[in-house]
Amino acid sequence: MTEVSVAEEDAVATDELVVLKSVNKHFGALHVLQDIDLTIARGEVVVVIGPSGSGKSTLCRTINRLETVDSGTITIDGRPLPQEGRELARLRADVGMVFQSFNLFAHKTVLENVTLAQIKVRRANKQQAQEKARALLDRVGVGAQADKYPAQLSGGQQQRVAIARALAMDPKVMLFDEPTSALDPEMINEVLEVMQQLARDGMTMIVVTHEMGFARSAADRVVFMADGRIVEQAVPEQFFSNPRSDRAKDFLSKILHH
Amino acid sequence: MFDFLEGYDVLGAFWTTVQLTALSAVGSLVWGTLLAGMRVSPVPLMRGFGTAYVNIVRNIPLTVIIVFSSLGLADIFGVTMGASDDFKLQGFRLAVLSLSAYTAAFVCEAIRSGINTVPVGQAEAARAIGLSFSQSLRLIVLPQAFRAVIAPLANVLIALTKNTTVAAAIGVAEAATLMKTMLENEAQTIAVGALFALGFVVLTLPTGLLLGWVGKRMAVKR
Repeated sequence: MTEVSVAEEDAVATDELVVLKSVNKHFGALHVLQDIDLTIARGEVVVVIGPSGSGKSTLCRTINRLETVDSGTITIDGRPLPQEGRELARLRADVGMVFQSFNLFAHKTVLENVTLAQIKVRRANKQQAQEKARALLDRVGVGAQADKYPAQLSGGQQQRVAIARALAMDPKVMLFDEPTSALDPEMINEVLEVMQQLARDGMTMIVVTHEMGFARSAADRVVFMADGRIVEQAVPEQFFSNPRSDRAKDFLSKILHH
Repeated sequence: MFDFLEGYDVLGAFWTTVQLTALSAVGSLVWGTLLAGMRVSPVPLMRGFGTAYVNIVRNIPLTVIIVFSSLGLADIFGVTMGASDDFKLQGFRLAVLSLSAYTAAFVCEAIRSGINTVPVGQAEAARAIGLSFSQSLRLIVLPQAFRAVIAPLANVLIALTKNTTVAAAIGVAEAATLMKTMLENEAQTIAVGALFALGFVVLTLPTGLLLGWVGKRMAVKR
């Protein structure tokens, strides 16, 4: 496995926020994560790419323990992931997650989606929570939709609400699990722009995506996975122009020549 | 033509039926929801209890449960529901307890099927944002599950309304008890039968229609 190569402009962000050490996971006979070692620094934007079935989504979901691991350790801000229970809930509140299928709470309005956890988890009062929610909804460009239900919004709008919902918890790190894969092509950019703005604002992000343009422009580091392993990781220019592994060359040749 | 009604408190009897139904509906809804929560809980002991409860209780005839509540619970174990001297009140309360316990098994299964209609991503999003298991269940999953099963719950409620007649077995003065008395004393048996049949239809038909309409209106749009 190659050493983490950190771009020079990230030299300030030395602080390790998310650390995975020899993580293994099986789905039955399938060894979906094989000895994964990955360290993500505070403020770093890491894009995970790779062919489908390579374990990238699973990797993303283990970080807030939506998937348990069979062996290895995962620490967030120095604390190992606790067992299921109150402490895990507290930790998940610090880790924002954006799903491929948005998963907005279907029976609640957009505003309620963004205020719910502030009130129930962070114990914020309703008015403060609503003010913050409206500010966040404005920031992602869907402030006018606050009183609608998720089903009344387009996919791109729903995904931006989902980002606002995660941001409302002031997360230390944001996980994006293929956030644009379920979107119509014309809506992909509006979501990517929000994510790029977040990256510029210094949010620590782990993004599983097939959007190579986003990887090029926003990532500090690209992690390439195949068959449950991290095959290669490098800064974007290096990875896209000069991939070292055959697996990555093969993958890039398939997706970039269209 | 309706002189066979004289001297009988038909409305009073049906009022008792309504009370039995309403109280048992509340009781079974609360207990059934708790049971459904247990059946999807991550704690194996609770899951086991919920599963065992449902499978035992829904397979015992209601008559057996109600008669046991009177002859067993009350007479042998002394569970008189705070009414040891008032036999009528005791019977009524035991009937509510039995009907609730029995109907809860069906409510539980209806709600559990509703939980299965809620996409798994909803619970994942709830957990991912820091809600505990019980918060996810109460705030996210159950509200959506309920909306999906209003129509099946209406079925359970209709069945419950008609099942209250089994309380006659322990002498609760509801509609079926009065019907039996009237059938013994009056000649117009067909009219008496028709009257009580109509009385139940009047109770249950609007319930079904109303809840069917509510179910459609409340359905979660995805």
